[in-house]
Amino acid sequence: MISRIVAMVLRYMFIYKRSGIRIAELIFFPLMDLLVWGFVTLYLEQVTQSKAVLFMLGGIVLWDIFFRAQQAVGMSVLQEMWVGNTLNLFVSPIRPHELIVSTAIVGFIRASITATGLGICAYTLYAFNMMDLGLALFPLFGLLLFFGWTVGLFTSALILRYGEAAESLAWIVPFLIQPFVAVFYPVSALPAPLQTFALIFPCTHIFEGMREVLRGGGIPWPAMGASFLLTLAWLCCTGTFFARTLIYVRSKGYLTTASRG
Amino acid sequence: MLRIMRDSIYRGNHAARSSRHTVSFERDYNSSLMQSVIVHNLWKTFGTTAAVKGISFTADRGEILGLLGPNGAGKTTTIHMLLGLTSHDQGTISILGLDMPKNRYSILQRVNFASAYVSLPGNLTIDESLYVYAKLYNVRNPAQRAREVLTELEVDLPGTSLIGTLSAGQKTRLNLCKALLNKPEVLFLDEPTASLDPDIAIKVRELLKKLRRNYGTTIIYTSHYMHEVEELCDRAIFLARGTIVTTGTPAEIRERSKLNSLEEVFVTIARNGELRDQEDREAQ
Repeated sequence: MISRIVAMVLRYMFIYKRSGIRIAELIFFPLMDLLVWGFVTLYLEQVTQSKAVLFMLGGIVLWDIFFRAQQAVGMSVLQEMWVGNTLNLFVSPIRPHELIVSTAIVGFIRASITATGLGICAYTLYAFNMMDLGLALFPLFGLLLFFGWTVGLFTSALILRYGEAAESLAWIVPFLIQPFVAVFYPVSALPAPLQTFALIFPCTHIFEGMREVLRGGGIPWPAMGASFLLTLAWLCCTGTFFARTLIYVRSKGYLTTASRG
Repeated sequence: MLRIMRDSIYRGNHAARSSRHTVSFERDYNSSLMQSVIVHNLWKTFGTTAAVKGISFTADRGEILGLLGPNGAGKTTTIHMLLGLTSHDQGTISILGLDMPKNRYSILQRVNFASAYVSLPGNLTIDESLYVYAKLYNVRNPAQRAREVLTELEVDLPGTSLIGTLSAGQKTRLNLCKALLNKPEVLFLDEPTASLDPDIAIKVRELLKKLRRNYGTTIIYTSHYMHEVEELCDRAIFLARGTIVTTGTPAEIRERSKLNSLEEVFVTIARNGELRDQEDREAQ
């Protein structure tokens, strides 16, 4: 099992070893976000004297951790389709859960690189120190990875089911939930009916928790606990969805074709 | 070892206590030891189209079995079902004595697959790709084994070459290298020589013969090159519209159909969907 997981981690990491562009991609778009929204909020802070810039920068960095983890798991099957390797992979003895674990490890590496890069830039440009989050940074980071992998698993199932046609879905799934999960503003800013809806997403509790810490509160254990339990529930649902999708695509013979219209 | 396994199965089997049952069980057991692949009454339907309609066949250990037929005959679907890529609707598949798909991953560890139409990741180098696949198959000394298969197939390209930059023929050969990494007991080949030049195609055929001779590898093989089938295959199965039209050694098939070559058999099946014997044709 370990050998197969290591093999798949190497399979994805070999690509980065050679490609400076791919490494740059891990930093480029998040950095652009950081620059644009960082300066916007810096301006707003001057006008309103609020802590908006702290919350905004914290939101940008943490959101990218979630996004990178989701992409690593969610895009893995799609990447194999792009290079015509799906068939070889699925006739090898790798189990689906081993494939997912390997992509999750790659997600952890990618998210770590992005978070480190953004953390350095945020400190240099805005004097925003991620370490101000203290020990809370670790559970926040871990929970976001966990939920990112979970959403990635859902995305993978969509890719297996719809093939390359679902490529755009793989990119937009995180952004479908972004308006509701209180990344850049508190849940209280949402209309009342949406506030309840927002609370079913684990990352809502993480971003609320982040703001609490940045306001000077301690580690928000209730929010962390709620996020963890919700992610477990989501993982059960997406895991079942993935397993059923795999049975379905095997029955339809979809594993052998990249394009399904 | 096998005797111990067989004895332990006997001990647990009440039915085997009667001599009649014992003889029958022993015969079945011995034949399953001989046969690497046993397919019984296999069906697959996609929507309203039946791709495979109740086919049954076996492949013995060390046998090269050709799975032939025109496009849409059900060859590739059958191979995909044998590999567990596509689930079957009815029937049973036993590979190396194990049920597919119940023992999917145990089977996949011991078999392998190559096709001219499937590529290794284009964004990896030759060395990286073979190393990754060797590790996926839990091969000891992956780098060394990768070198061995490259030598065996006479791939004399630098290991640092990106697969995406190779020619179609080179990619096909590399895919064959991948298929040999785990010294498979059953090798599924889907038109493995489709994009190879004649010189390399001959070498590949020689290698397949050597695999069978030295390791007793069972090879299930699809091809549209009938001369290749005549040279290589111990037996052939002709499929058309999801059913088996005829089966036997190439010589038997030629003789039974009263046609001069497998090429003619193929064309006849492709045009008529069936193979009538000479009397039928003359009567018609």
